[in-house]
Amino acid sequence: MSDKKPKRREFLFTASYAVGAVGVGAVVWPLVDQMNPDASVKALASTEVDVSSVKPGNTITVLWRGKPVFIRRRTPEEILEAKSVKMEDLKHPEKDEDRAKDPEWLVMLGVCTHLGCVPLNDKGDYDGWFCPCHGSHYDTSGRIRKGPAPLNMEVPKYEFVNANTIKIG
Amino acid sequence: MKVLINKVKNLIKLLSILALITFVTTHSNSAESAKLLKTDWSFKGLFGKFDRGALQRGYQVYTEVCASCHSMKYVSYRNLGEKGGPEFTEAEVKAIAASFEVTDGPNADGEMFVRPAKLSDKFVMPYENVKAAQAANGGAYPPDMSVLVKARGGGVDYIYSLLQGYEDAPSGMTLDEGVHYNKYMYGNKIMMSAPLSDDILEYGDGTKATVEQMSKDVTTFLMWAAEPHLESRHQMGFKAIIYLIILTILVYFSMKKIWSRVKSEV
Amino acid sequence: MSDHEYTPTSKVGKWFNDRLPLLTLANHLTDYPTPKNLNYWWTFGGILTFCLITQIVTGLTLAMHYIAHADMAFESVEHIMRDVNYGWLIRYIHSNGASMFFLAVYIHIFRSLFYGSYKSPREIIWIIGIIIYLLMMAAAFMGYVLPWGQMSFWGATVITNLFSAIPLVGEGIVTWLWGGYSVDNPTLTRFFTLHYLIPFLILGLVVLHIWALHVPGNNNPVGIDIKKPSKDTVPFHPYIVIKDGFALLMFMIVFAFFVFYSPNILGHADNYIEANPMVTPAHIVPEWYLLPFYAILRSVPDKLLGVVAMLSAILILAVLPWLDTSKIRSAVFRPLYKQFYWILLADVLILGYMGAMPAEGLYLLIARVATAYYFLHFLVILPVLGFKEKTLPVPLSITEPVLGGSPNLATAKHNESFDK
Repeated sequence: MSDKKPKRREFLFTASYAVGAVGVGAVVWPLVDQMNPDASVKALASTEVDVSSVKPGNTITVLWRGKPVFIRRRTPEEILEAKSVKMEDLKHPEKDEDRAKDPEWLVMLGVCTHLGCVPLNDKGDYDGWFCPCHGSHYDTSGRIRKGPAPLNMEVPKYEFVNANTIKIG
Repeated sequence: MKVLINKVKNLIKLLSILALITFVTTHSNSAESAKLLKTDWSFKGLFGKFDRGALQRGYQVYTEVCASCHSMKYVSYRNLGEKGGPEFTEAEVKAIAASFEVTDGPNADGEMFVRPAKLSDKFVMPYENVKAAQAANGGAYPPDMSVLVKARGGGVDYIYSLLQGYEDAPSGMTLDEGVHYNKYMYGNKIMMSAPLSDDILEYGDGTKATVEQMSKDVTTFLMWAAEPHLESRHQMGFKAIIYLIILTILVYFSMKKIWSRVKSEV
Repeated sequence: MSDHEYTPTSKVGKWFNDRLPLLTLANHLTDYPTPKNLNYWWTFGGILTFCLITQIVTGLTLAMHYIAHADMAFESVEHIMRDVNYGWLIRYIHSNGASMFFLAVYIHIFRSLFYGSYKSPREIIWIIGIIIYLLMMAAAFMGYVLPWGQMSFWGATVITNLFSAIPLVGEGIVTWLWGGYSVDNPTLTRFFTLHYLIPFLILGLVVLHIWALHVPGNNNPVGIDIKKPSKDTVPFHPYIVIKDGFALLMFMIVFAFFVFYSPNILGHADNYIEANPMVTPAHIVPEWYLLPFYAILRSVPDKLLGVVAMLSAILILAVLPWLDTSKIRSAVFRPLYKQFYWILLADVLILGYMGAMPAEGLYLLIARVATAYYFLHFLVILPVLGFKEKTLPVPLSITEPVLGGSPNLATAKHNESFDK
């Protein structure tokens, strides 16, 4: 057998394997991607909420993308409390101004950053929220102060369409 | 050589059986009374694509004519702007959606309320339910148009023909009140009166609105509504088949190499 | 079995293999001595495995989006077709995959009929195959019900009503199958459950089918028993693997044409109309792969006897190894059988065509003649042919196509292999 022959043979087999592998990859992708959010789910990206009836000191909970969103109209005391916290006391330092565009309105995902439970309103050691699952305490700005949760409650993308309507998403 | 001929013979046998099966199935699926009108559909064939203009005009025909009776409950307004469809601009689709009203709710007071449609909404239905549609149309339910093209033997050709198939009933045939003669309809009797007539609407792009033109446009639109992914299907199909042919050739020569080790014909 | 003792070379391999002999199994499968003269009709076993796996994988993914409820099934299928990422692709592969599966299984069965692969000592392989085929029909039928279109609904109504032909208990059985007084939501949910279950039963039976095959080894176009391993055989890997792979790719090209360019051509338009219990479609037919049996059902004018005839047409295949009395396997050496084989194939195709046509006039007459011939073939022609037919001399081995043998020699050889 000459030296060249096995090389050519090897090339043919390698090429077949390589092309075959590309095909398998191309087939696997649709099977994986079908589990991603579908077009109708993606289309429901935003929701509008009328907040005209919310009184100071009250929270409403609305559903957005299948998760609860807390919309709280904060009292002046709560705002003061949130603003007066020193950054070095925070586990996840964020200024209140960065979390609430209009200090009166706090909009955030009502999902504990520990393992996804919904925290309870007006509970806990910091006058904000308390997660009953594993005991995380959040302050009046929704920031984590005590307990196992690593991060502050997430603020989603939102905007005021007018004075009474908030568009989430 | 003889082996090769035998192989080709076998392949031909196999393919003819396949063709027969396909023929029998399709033949049995489309037992029509009259020979259907034909036209050149841009979306047929290996690289078939929709004619964007026809889709946009077809949408106009659908909303201005068909939609007063026929629902299209599986299509959403957002689809109108998606790739492979009529491809209206986002602003156009938003304006289209906003021109319809949907009932939503209940709101915080437990009341249902009416708001302009959003992109994510399905096409608004002309009737609340099937019964209401029947009551308003002399007992006949105007079928939902989402998959209508696929739900009729003859498909696009049938719809295209039906829209142009209104004639005076032949002598000797008596039609009940509210029943019309159509030479392509199964049994030739149809409850729908001729929906199209020349210049019943004015096309935005200046195309002359003849019955034939409108039939073609709206049928194209219905085809898209039934198969919104037709274009990507054709594109992917072409790639897939080219790929398979390349791999088949590679594997064929690999097989020849491997079998050359034993004294035998593959 | 002809397996030589296998010992893994690595220590870990040996340790593992002593506890669970997976490596021995893998070695058996790769080294499995296969007749080297297998033609392309033998590649359909591999193709069928591919079809089964394709149906299971696409079916699993579809089940993640499908809703088995009478009010939502049709809509959820449209949701899959429109919104789910690649949903249209997966569904079209699944729906056309059923047709491709049956196409392959029919070729597989008719290959077996031509080369006498069902004969001793391969009866069990054959019977398991027939059970798989029956389960395939059940799975396909129930799968066709799931989109809840007009054909789904009326197909389900007609097929379940077959059971009402049973005297005394028939009506009760039908009500039990339906879970109500008509095909409705309870029927749909149970059909979905069973449609999900059956492919895994088939998978299990396929393992048994292959296991049973590996005991005597493959039949081959010459239809003689061969020594294994010998000059007449090649190891399964890489020889048969690459050949099966090549044939599979050719098959996939045909498959792809259906999926991408005429995905609905094998389906029925009426199934894109949502189920309506008040209106029956004008012309109701089953999927193409069930048409021959549908023609047999309709050609008998009695309700009970029609069902019996249809079931017998399938079950008669199970006793085929005993109806065919010829000792020679391959039709290559059976000039008369070969003729009847092609007539049977034509007969089945005619039955299929008649099944798609309205049951009236000439169609009905032809269907009746074809039905009668179908049974005649298995019950009369085959048993008689075994005694009357003058067969051609059979070669002694594959590698030496010298006609040293005779039918008797082959028989002797065959008996000898049994004595061992």
